[in-house]
Amino acid sequence: MSDVDVALVASRIRAEERALLEALRARGVRHHVLDPRELIIEPNRSPIVDGVALIREISLTSARYTARALEATGTVTVNNSSVIEMCGDKALTALAFARHGVATPRTLVTLSQPAAVQACDEIGYPAVIKPVVGSWGRLVARVPDQETATDLLEHRSQLPGPQHRVTCVQDWVDKPGRDIRVLIVGDQPVAAMYRRSEHWRTNAALGAEPAPCRLTSDLAKLATDAARAVGSGVLGVDVVEDNDGRLMALEVNHGTEFRALQSVTDVDLADAIVAHVLGLVE
Amino acid sequence: MSTVACPDCAADVPVPGEALVSEILVCRECDSELEVVGVDPPLLARAPEVEEDWGE
Repeated sequence: MSDVDVALVASRIRAEERALLEALRARGVRHHVLDPRELIIEPNRSPIVDGVALIREISLTSARYTARALEATGTVTVNNSSVIEMCGDKALTALAFARHGVATPRTLVTLSQPAAVQACDEIGYPAVIKPVVGSWGRLVARVPDQETATDLLEHRSQLPGPQHRVTCVQDWVDKPGRDIRVLIVGDQPVAAMYRRSEHWRTNAALGAEPAPCRLTSDLAKLATDAARAVGSGVLGVDVVEDNDGRLMALEVNHGTEFRALQSVTDVDLADAIVAHVLGLVE
Repeated sequence: MSTVACPDCAADVPVPGEALVSEILVCRECDSELEVVGVDPPLLARAPEVEEDWGE
């Protein structure tokens, strides 16, 4: 039995959180669920968690404030707030990739509608338009021409919230009906899967089918480099291959879902994550 | 295993004995996502709608 107390921070217990709780139980680790919805944070008070917090909160906003609050009172967090903030914003991720030389499709970041249209022209068509915050492929669009780009970006500009003025415009990669998800734990690639779909968006949340994928040295290096660029942790790296087989990192997910990956690998992913978390404080 | 009426369609929703607070169940009749808000006795509520900043 470990003396460490692990707080699993989550407002929504999905298959992943249940698997993590079972892994903690199987290892005899003291643990509890901390629901951010119930938190009242008073800075400079005693630690909210006496141990380590595994941040699995589904809301980016809640995840980053909870992580910040926990860190302020000395709690070790996985992932930490800096990693959460970096991964939660595609513009910041693009900057981190560039700074660390991580291969990625050409990406332009704009702060206004006219600049976004200009960026689409610069990238060439088809171009991919992405909001900086969002997941599961939501509001990601492929625009075939300037007219469509103008219409779509005008629509975006009418959405409430200044965040919608920030746009990532990216090269569209003509991929072979699949992309790749790599789970990184610590600095180690643990498992990978293809996500196959007839739709150009190959998110598992949109119904892409998982299939086993060998972790080649090139894939492992790219995914590890991408994870390191945002600060490392427990991360899901999305990788795309073009029709020439060239690999590029698309984004890094700080609250990575892994039930689909678990269905195509023999590695016990939840236990690997728990082992990493315990290794940080033992 | 016990059953609780779906807050949306009133169909019986099976709640496993090992259900956890904050766990999400889906009503087989109406497909509503339901959140376990109590386990002793089991209680279900409509799960929160997906927010813009939700995700991985």
